Amino acid sequence: MSAPIQLQPGETFILNVGPQHPATHGVLRVKMEMDGEYIVKAETVLGYVHRMHEKMGENRTYAQYLPNLSRLDYLGALGYTHGHVLVIERAAGIEVPERAEYIRAITVELNRLASHLFWFGCYVMDLGGFSPLMYALEDREYILDMLEAVTGARLTYCYYRFGGLYNDVDDDFIEAAKRFIPRMRKSLKKYAALVTGNIIFQKRLEGIGPISAEMCRKYGATGAVARGSGINFDVRKNEPYSVYPEFDFDIPVYHECDSMARFKVRMDEMEQSLRIIEQGLAKLPGGPIMAEKKPKNIKLPVGDFYQAVETARGSFGIRIVSDGDKNAYRLKLRSPTYSNMHLFDEACEGMMIMDALAFMGSLDLVIPEIDR
Amino acid sequence: MGGYFSDIFNGSKSLLIGMGITFREFFKPVVTVQYPYQTIKMSDRFRGHIELIADEEGKPKCVACGMCERACPSGCISLNSISVETEVDGKVKKKKVLSKYDLDFTKCSLCGQCVENCNFGAIEFSKEYNLASSNKEDFHFNLLKRLEERNV
Repeated sequence: MSAPIQLQPGETFILNVGPQHPATHGVLRVKMEMDGEYIVKAETVLGYVHRMHEKMGENRTYAQYLPNLSRLDYLGALGYTHGHVLVIERAAGIEVPERAEYIRAITVELNRLASHLFWFGCYVMDLGGFSPLMYALEDREYILDMLEAVTGARLTYCYYRFGGLYNDVDDDFIEAAKRFIPRMRKSLKKYAALVTGNIIFQKRLEGIGPISAEMCRKYGATGAVARGSGINFDVRKNEPYSVYPEFDFDIPVYHECDSMARFKVRMDEMEQSLRIIEQGLAKLPGGPIMAEKKPKNIKLPVGDFYQAVETARGSFGIRIVSDGDKNAYRLKLRSPTYSNMHLFDEACEGMMIMDALAFMGSLDLVIPEIDR
Repeated sequence: MGGYFSDIFNGSKSLLIGMGITFREFFKPVVTVQYPYQTIKMSDRFRGHIELIADEEGKPKCVACGMCERACPSGCISLNSISVETEVDGKVKKKKVLSKYDLDFTKCSLCGQCVENCNFGAIEFSKEYNLASSNKEDFHFNLLKRLEERNV
């Protein structure tokens, strides 16, 4: 055994959290300059799971790029593929049947629920409570079973096509979704009593990781992070796409700016997603699920196209610069957690390391999506 | 001082409520499937690796047009054909026959482009999911051979 190193007063040391650390939920490295238990300076280091998804978009056709989108954020994959098909459909002028758009909205919201449930379980586990993770995973399993029966995959879906869907939903899916909604409402009450009402949990999170609205704007933070800081921004309401204008739902906004506010935003969002699914199932029109007029090989006109969608983590944007060929000249992905994560460097200065990890969990980071 | 005692009271109450929930969950039925011993039925649309479909004679329906090969984003399909001369009503006709159909499943991302682009309905998804192996070669499938084995 070596002798312990004695630090002089005022002397700092470097602590590496990651790249393989259970609290980062992925391969993210955080280089922290520590003064005892307090963080003097933190730096997030990226690039450990970089897969060149943007470059891949330039050397394969638009249809061949479809499976890539679900590999960005493997917990809420449908939201990302939705963005891709929307931008292509708008650029190529493909009319999507209404039934297809409704099914897209329903499945995206189910996927958002699954993503939030997994985040909820893991976040509480990060803070030391194991049981809620098991309860959340049980509920999530019902969603994954439903989506598997429709899409054929459990996590990395490739379900949407330009102009419609891969295949139609059946009565079993609609029945299962209708059965699931009351069950999930009951579970949400259970989570509220078990976790949100818990005194230890409240004292642990209140006032931890304050992010002002000013800082959110500076870094371009979106999603639950911005809504927990009092910014009422949701792409589904502010720049409506698909059939979202036809649904009646609220955007939860909290003004406390701390980790507890972000936690509450996501818990409230689950209820709103349930409302959207309920209305979608009630309104679901009949008809075809695939556009009739659809070119076999899609070529976009020359131009610059952008589409933003609200995924489980925030505003995801996809920008395609086309030179008229069958693949993109340049493809840019604006991922929400990339912006949300960069808050961390500034916000955690002067924080204790245990609080910093509790704060990091509230940002809901998915590393493959940051690195792309 | 009043806040101090009400905090203790409300805090203890919230902990008891939480304990009540976990206690009730304790007596609920077990939902875990003990996987290697129990299995569940795969859904009809489950996407495993692709498999060739045979016609009535047991030959592959595939006409070796190569649409799947071109549509695949990852380039995991490679096929070859030979031209066979057959005599139909005294006339000699040349016919393309599939001679090789290899799938490199290590690269496949199960997107379904090959099945969708096939104009002859010659490939389908299998329900195979027990594919764990420590040998890479186990994921290079010779689909023609697999089709013959299925026919026997």
